[in-house]
This record gives sequence, structure tokens and C-alpha cells, in this order.
Amino acid sequence: MNYLEAIGKYFIMVWEVFKKPTKWPIMRSLILKEIDELIFGSLGIIVFIAFFIGGVVTIQTALNLNNPFLPKSLIGFATRQSVILEFAPTFTSIIMAGKVGSYITSSIGTMRVTEQIDALEVMGVNSLNYLVLPKIIAMLMYPFAVAIAMYVGILGGWIAAVFGGYAPSGEFIKGLQMEFESFHVTYAFIKTLIFAFVIATVPSYHGFFMKGGALEVGKASTTSFVWTSVVIIILNYILTQLMLG
Amino acid sequence: MIEVENVHKSFGDSHILKGISTSFEQGKTNLIIGQSGSGKTVFLKCLLGLFQPEEGNIVYNGQNYSELKLDEQRNLRQEMGMVFQGSALFDSMTVEGNVKFPLEMFTKQSKSEMNDRVDFVLKRVNLSDAHEKYPSEISGGMQKRVAIARAIVMNPKYLFCDEPNSGLDPKTAILIDNLIQEITREYNITTVINTHDMNSVMEIGEKIIFLKNGFKEWEGTNKEIFKTDNEAVTNFVYSSELFKKVRQMYLEERN
Repeated sequence: MNYLEAIGKYFIMVWEVFKKPTKWPIMRSLILKEIDELIFGSLGIIVFIAFFIGGVVTIQTALNLNNPFLPKSLIGFATRQSVILEFAPTFTSIIMAGKVGSYITSSIGTMRVTEQIDALEVMGVNSLNYLVLPKIIAMLMYPFAVAIAMYVGILGGWIAAVFGGYAPSGEFIKGLQMEFESFHVTYAFIKTLIFAFVIATVPSYHGFFMKGGALEVGKASTTSFVWTSVVIIILNYILTQLMLG
Repeated sequence: MIEVENVHKSFGDSHILKGISTSFEQGKTNLIIGQSGSGKTVFLKCLLGLFQPEEGNIVYNGQNYSELKLDEQRNLRQEMGMVFQGSALFDSMTVEGNVKFPLEMFTKQSKSEMNDRVDFVLKRVNLSDAHEKYPSEISGGMQKRVAIARAIVMNPKYLFCDEPNSGLDPKTAILIDNLIQEITREYNITTVINTHDMNSVMEIGEKIIFLKNGFKEWEGTNKEIFKTDNEAVTNFVYSSELFKKVRQMYLEERN
């Protein structure tokens, strides 16, 4: 019953976010600040993780394709498919749920604890619109970060394959171009956009409705990471079944 | 003027406010006093519209809050200023940013008009040289003054203060009390203060409401509180020896 109530409250919150908009000049500066904080601030970790995950995927694929009858180009093919379909959109989103999600929950939660949200409400500001909408709009830039993760992941795979001696460069690149379906990229970006909305709103929900003090802010951040990850994993399954199944 | 009619508020099984009726007059400092757990904060949050009473009405200059639409309620709230117990300043903004915030949100003033208004209210609370400081860089008393400046920058009709003196030294507390009273008279605001501070009760309590266990136990002025026979009020207000002596001297003087 509590879960049902929480889900209902989440959707009411999302509805409230789009009501009584904040003045555009103020909203614009909030959005730019959030893009800087949520997207540009995460690029470093996204690039770092994508590079090494791409490399590891390549090495593991190469080690499992030890039959001499299988062409080495399959290593490039498997790397491309894994990185584009899953590692870049889903794995990066789980990382973002931890990094960006905990930042969102703790910043909004601290405002709740120190009565700053009450201050906004008393002034007549739609605090949900003021606090959450800029984050949702900023997260619309998230597919660009995932595109970078795709590129860097494949680059990491190429470096691991070529310099690790698992496949020659030409074979790997041939595999990258083999049976390429552009819809797979579209699928990855649609998934990413939906995950972006989840990463912006689920942690906001946990911060906005938290009760207690500083300790509870920490607990809310942890809970928010767990629930954001759970929602991403479930949606990943549903979207994959709907779009590729 | 704010009229409160038979307000009830509960949280789950606990009935916090049990039929409070009173009125808060314009241009006067109205105080809500009572022991911890008596329902003061819940009552103040009902007055602010942050809590919705289950029963009863709160009427602001003829506008019944519960009958207003959400947008109308938000518009009414723009006529309210609030000084929170912990000041509730936006810690990512400077003092100037905090005070300017309501102007940027709700007015179409030019930058220079806003700056003039911010300068004026900061000067009014004796903080002319703190524009660029962040809340974490100023003292508790200064934070309270910034909160007052932010609360009055939009020329509110209603000013609410939750424990404005908590955590302040006696001298600064008196300064804040006097500032609130001056501003109330100067701008003819309906001010409601939630307090534990007996100095405030004696100094600025033009109307005092005493809450006990969610009921309104007593109401009167700071002059009348000396004469009251209400045991709950005298036990609460005159719990310290100093205030007992003050009361005795006052009554002896009158006799």
C-alpha cells in the first residue's frame, strides 16, 4: 500500500512540476546552471568508465572467440553491439543515478531540512517547478553524453583489441561496420531520454518529500540511488521488449 | 487583518489544533505563545497556508483561504512575508541575491529599481555593507535581519515570524524585536510572531494568544498578562523568579 501511495505521489509531483512556470529569464539561468552541474560535471566520469568498459568488453569477447574458424571481425561487431545497445545507455545511466541522483536528492533534501523549500512556498513560488523542471530540461542533454560514451567505449575497445594483440585494426573496424542497423542507435537514444527523465525526477521525489535532519538526507540519497537503479533496470527490460522484441 | 474561526488540525491520530478562533489585527504585533508541543508551529503553518486545516476558516482581509483556488492561494502568499526560525536563507545566494529573489520572481522592475529597493530594505535592517556576503559568512543575528529584509522587500500585508529570537544573545534579540515592531507600525502590516521569549511578550506583545494542548487558553495584551488570574498562563509566563518579581512589582505599583 505504501509503495502504491509513493507511486501516486510521484506522479502528482511530476504533474505539479509543469504547473505555474517560473519566469523565463530565471528559469534559463537555472537550466544553464544545471546543465553545467549535471551534464558537463559528469562527462569526466562517463568518459573514464566508457573507455575502460569498452576495453574490457573487447578483451572478454576476444578471449571467448578462440575458435580459429570465427573471424576476428566479430570482436569489433560484439563490442559495437554491446556498447551501443547496453553499456553506453544503461550502464552509464546507473552511474549517473549514483552521481547525479545523489546530488539531486541531497541538494533538494538539504533545502527541505533547512526550510528553504517552505520559504519558496510561502513566497508563492511553485517550488517543484523552480527546483525540478531545470533538472529535467538539463537532463535532455544527457543523450549527448551517452553519444560520447558510445564513441569513447568503442575507441577503448579498438585500443584494447589492437594494442592487446587480440585483433588487427582492419578486422576490428570491419566488424564495427558489419550489419549496422541505425535503429539500434535510435533505440539507445530513446532509452536514454527516458532514463534521463527518471534520473531527474526519482531523486527529486526522494529529496523533496524527505523528513528529518542531516542524517535522513544521507539515507534519502541512498534510497534514491536504489530506487532510480531499480526503475532504470525495469524500464530497460520493458523498452527492449517493446522496441527490439 | 486575519480572522481565524474554529481551526482544527490533526496528523494521523493526534489532534493538534482543537478549534482555535481568534483574530490578528493590522499594524500590531500579535504573539502566539505556549509550551513546546502546544501547537504553535502547526498553527503558524496553517496561517501561512503550508498546512490545510481539516475544519475551520482562516480569512485574510475578507479572503477565505480554503475557498481560494491553488493559483489564488499562491498569489495571496505573495502578500505574506515569513521569517523562519533558522532564517531559511538560500545558501547558494548572496545576501543581495536572497533579498532580491522575490522581486526577480514576481515583479517586472528594472535591475536598477530592484537594486534600489534591495539597498533600501537592507539599510532599513542596518545591513548596508553585507550585499556580497553569503549566509554562511554572517552571524545568526545578521541572518535574521536578512530574513526580515527578504520578508518585507515586497511590501507584504502579513508578516509571520517563527521564533525570531531563538539562538540570539539578549541584546540582538531586543534589536530584532524592536525592528519587527517598527516595521509593523511603519508599513501597517499584520504581524504574527511565534515565540518562547518572555522578553518579547513583555516588550512587543500588543496582542498575545496563549495555546495549551491545542486549545486557545487565553488572549490579551502585554499589560493584561500581568493581571491575569489564569493559572496556566501565570505558570508559563512567570515560571522564572525574575518574571515573578517583575509581576509582583507591577501589581504593587498599580495598587
